[in-house]
Amino acid sequence: MDSQLPIKQSFTKESLKKKFRLSEFLAEKIISSIAFLSIAIIFLIFIFVFKESLPLFSLGSDAKAKTEAQATTANKPESYGASSEELKPEVYGAETTEDLKPESYGAETTQELKPETYGSETAANDDLKPESYGDTPKEDLSVAPADEMMNEASQNQEGSDKTWSTFFSTEWVPVSDNPRFGLMGLLIGTLKVTIIAMLIAGPLAVLAALFTSCFASKRVKEIIKPIIEMLAAFPSVVIGFFALMVLASFFQDVFGYDSRLNAFIGGVAMALAAIPIIYTISEDALASVPKTYTEASLALGASKWQTAFFVVLPAATPGIFAALLLGVGRVFGETMIALMATGNAALLSANPFESVRTFAATIGSEMAETVFGETHYSVLFFIGSLLFIFSFALNAVAEFYVKGKLLKKFQGK
Amino acid sequence: MKDIKIKVNDLSLYYGEKKALNEITMDIPANKVTALIGPSGCGKSTFLRCINRMNDLISNVSITGQMLVEGVDIYDKNVDVVNIRKKIGMVFQKSNPFPKSIYENIAYGPRINGINNKAELDEIVEKSLRQAAIWDELKDRLEDSALGLSGGQQQRLCIGRTLAVSPDIILMDEPASALDPISTSKIEELIHELKEQYTIIIVTHNMQQAARTSDHTAFFYMGNLIEMGKTNSIFTKPMQKQTEDYITGRFG
Repeated sequence: MDSQLPIKQSFTKESLKKKFRLSEFLAEKIISSIAFLSIAIIFLIFIFVFKESLPLFSLGSDAKAKTEAQATTANKPESYGASSEELKPEVYGAETTEDLKPESYGAETTQELKPETYGSETAANDDLKPESYGDTPKEDLSVAPADEMMNEASQNQEGSDKTWSTFFSTEWVPVSDNPRFGLMGLLIGTLKVTIIAMLIAGPLAVLAALFTSCFASKRVKEIIKPIIEMLAAFPSVVIGFFALMVLASFFQDVFGYDSRLNAFIGGVAMALAAIPIIYTISEDALASVPKTYTEASLALGASKWQTAFFVVLPAATPGIFAALLLGVGRVFGETMIALMATGNAALLSANPFESVRTFAATIGSEMAETVFGETHYSVLFFIGSLLFIFSFALNAVAEFYVKGKLLKKFQGK
Repeated sequence: MKDIKIKVNDLSLYYGEKKALNEITMDIPANKVTALIGPSGCGKSTFLRCINRMNDLISNVSITGQMLVEGVDIYDKNVDVVNIRKKIGMVFQKSNPFPKSIYENIAYGPRINGINNKAELDEIVEKSLRQAAIWDELKDRLEDSALGLSGGQQQRLCIGRTLAVSPDIILMDEPASALDPISTSKIEELIHELKEQYTIIIVTHNMQQAARTSDHTAFFYMGNLIEMGKTNSIFTKPMQKQTEDYITGRFG
């Protein structure tokens, strides 16, 4: 067969026999496995991040009442100290003589309890301690088996109860005798920076993309596009440095606010990071709108502006939405710029010119300092999981919204 | 030719250095259908796009000569191209409805002209769709996407969209070339009905279509206007040898 020239292929069973092409088979398998691997990696990252924060979840719901009671004591170190067993009889005595109200004593969960009452309650909890401790290790093993870290974490069990309830407080004081992990301040800070950054980057990038795809001449487009895209290659530490040294001083001179590094500066700097991403993807989306739409619109007597805003932009909605989402993702997870430009103070305020601390910056700055297995450590990983969950939820909602509502609105049913 | 709508004087068009149209001079009558025929690449579509200045969109196109629409040179510096295109509508070879609902497709033209009154828009939409002979098919699904329609329906929708801005002249660039015979005949009927109110210029490759639909026919070849006259006479006793060769199928 080898030496013969391929003269004529006849349709014998032999020539039509199914061939096994090894290289194609391998290539196909490798490509598909790589695709699945990337999905698997994302899930594994999430699982590992979440696993590290598991000690926070190790107490069952049956201990909830106790958790609440301890949460209130958490903010009062004094009364916490008073709960030692030596003081117990005195506190008890004082309680009954001074208050004389058995009803308030019974209502454990009411928030207006007085310091004396706290003392007595923790004392009561001390009595329960052996039982509840007996329960928890078993649960730990069932949730995450064979983890030596759990033993360390169980020392912080008492702390992790408190941790949960301090999540909704405003203070972020992770390292202290009485640590408080108020995520609200961080959440508000993150949202504030994200909103500011998107308010700046979204319109700028989308309109710039609209300009390049609808108005700019070919030459201008060839200049603008690569330059804006080059901005995407800027390391965020450079942008952060620029914000820290130049933008912060400049805007402080302009607006005259107190704190030099604040949410606004962080937002501006993150907008710089997000613009190239939003721009590139929106531009691609706009450029892929068929030219026939543009022609049809112009032939109807529409001006270039009307065509761009009422035909091209709506037709590119899904792509632009995807671009904005990626921009939000970038800003939300941006660490270095947040660390350098936002001031890193977990304040709870609506003022955009106050310093803020974001989730990502918190992880970035504190992870290296914290003790392995400690509550603080778990909380940081929990924040990481929150970042994950947030971006998943955002994507899911956006997907649903774009498919369900926006497309129908712009493009008919 | 008593009523002349468009008067073309020595119109030449260059793509860069290449001359695509060579000193075209012709008169296009009002309220008639004028067919432009000729082999591919002869410049008939280019000429059609000159009439509403769609060639402006292409870079490095230069035009000399005059194109007088009702006595006004549309290539005059002081003429606003947007206003020209409002008066001179165009239907393209490939149907190109916007990715919007059927209603929005028709309402787009009036909207950009500043009509935002819902009742008025409703009226225009219905009138335009009726004129385009597609109202009965679509009246119950105005909110559906126009992209879900068949090719023939889409093309008639595009004609309706053009009518909605009430132009004087309608240019059609091979409007039926991508359609099946039934849709084609519907469009031809439509052209026949529309010519009472509009001046229609249609480019076609289909000789029968030109013979069926048009009152006048112009034959283009290699960027030149070879012959123009009443459709009857062009198809029965053409003056030029080239025209005869083309319509009898000997070349082109």
